[in-house]
Amino acid sequence: MLNKNQIAQRIAQELKDGYYVNLGIGIPTLVANYIPEGIEVEFQSENGILGMGPFPFDGDEDADLINAGKQTITARAGAAFFDSATSFAMIRGQHVQLTVLGAMEVSETGDIANWKIPGKMVKGMGGAMDLVASAENIIVAMMHANREGESKLLTKCSLPITGVGCVKRVVTDMAVLDITPDGFKLIERAPGVSVEEIKNATEGRLVIEGEIPEMRL
Amino acid sequence: MNKVVSGPQAALKGIEDGMTLMLGGFGLCGIPENTIAELVKLGVKNLTCISNNAGVDDFGLGLLLQKRQIRKMISSYVGENALFEQLMLSGEMEVELIPQGSLAERCRAGGAGIPAFFTPAGYGTEVAEGKEVRVFNGKPHILESALTADYAIVKAWKGDHLGNLIYKGTARNFNPMMAMAGKITIAEVEELVEPGELDPNFIHTPGIFVNRIFQGEKFEKRIEQRTVRARS
Repeated sequence: MLNKNQIAQRIAQELKDGYYVNLGIGIPTLVANYIPEGIEVEFQSENGILGMGPFPFDGDEDADLINAGKQTITARAGAAFFDSATSFAMIRGQHVQLTVLGAMEVSETGDIANWKIPGKMVKGMGGAMDLVASAENIIVAMMHANREGESKLLTKCSLPITGVGCVKRVVTDMAVLDITPDGFKLIERAPGVSVEEIKNATEGRLVIEGEIPEMRL
Repeated sequence: MNKVVSGPQAALKGIEDGMTLMLGGFGLCGIPENTIAELVKLGVKNLTCISNNAGVDDFGLGLLLQKRQIRKMISSYVGENALFEQLMLSGEMEVELIPQGSLAERCRAGGAGIPAFFTPAGYGTEVAEGKEVRVFNGKPHILESALTADYAIVKAWKGDHLGNLIYKGTARNFNPMMAMAGKITIAEVEELVEPGELDPNFIHTPGIFVNRIFQGEKFEKRIEQRTVRARS
């Protein structure tokens, strides 16, 4: 099984030269640590920066320079700052090529739930609803099962959804899966994880065609 | 056209219980902390506050939550603010959560004289309940209405006597749209300068949107998630 950093590392393989990328809070943020060599991407953070750089050195933190997770960051040479309306114009207007988000649940039809557990927990949707409604390419980074050991890849989301039919690909600690009209299509297995184990851990419809290769990290 | 007032007390002149306020900032970044402190001191109640977040438990809008001065919050993110979440779940405070981009655009629309607009964000979710749906280019969108406020309270880096504002870094966020959408807009700035000192090419908020401006006495600028890497 992959740890969180390895999930991020696998997702980073989806980055392509020239992409503008929005990374959500949590595992997605780690993707920035694994940009493949020889390609150039720019990270957009919806609180108003394009060209987000790494965390600052100890002592260089600036309260006026944070990402959407409220972490202190740096700005790369050539970065740009803008207001929230302009930021979401970039997102809604499909100027961002890839969005990576965390999720509590994903359905076999590509619905995503990640903002609320009724009566228990309300994080709020933040920018997630705008992102999932407009982005052309949405990858979800999450664990295959929740803390209770229940599958997070479902026939239908049980929690209030963030968006309808929007997820294209899911990368978990066990597998890479694509959302297809037939359900979750198994693309790759995590090193040492069998197809059988993935089958048992997936509640939604799982499509297995031919030999399923192991991920290469 | 000198819009300079002596401080947050003068800036908030006319504020009453039950009013609607917009407050700029994302998390604790770019929040009007001097004016928020004054709102706590004044003790105005039953406020409707439009702000992306509600600060943290003991800073920013969290201070108004502590004193139960807010009747209703319109926000996009609760996050790690435990009191906000608790007041919401217990029903003690009314909360309208809306997508962040819709929040920004609703403020912009309010200031720009556009009563409503269609957006795909939130279609098929709880957010769409009771809202008109229309299909454009084969894709369903929901109707979102403009937001305005009795007072919009923003924070900028530099400002001049005419109310022209420049923000710094990601502290800009919601401030420019909210500045447009207030019946009365208050700007608190780190540095108040004479007209002519700000380059007109680099003004973010033109002074026409600002009614009252003052230089904040001090800015704590608290950091919510101090994240650093080691010097190698």
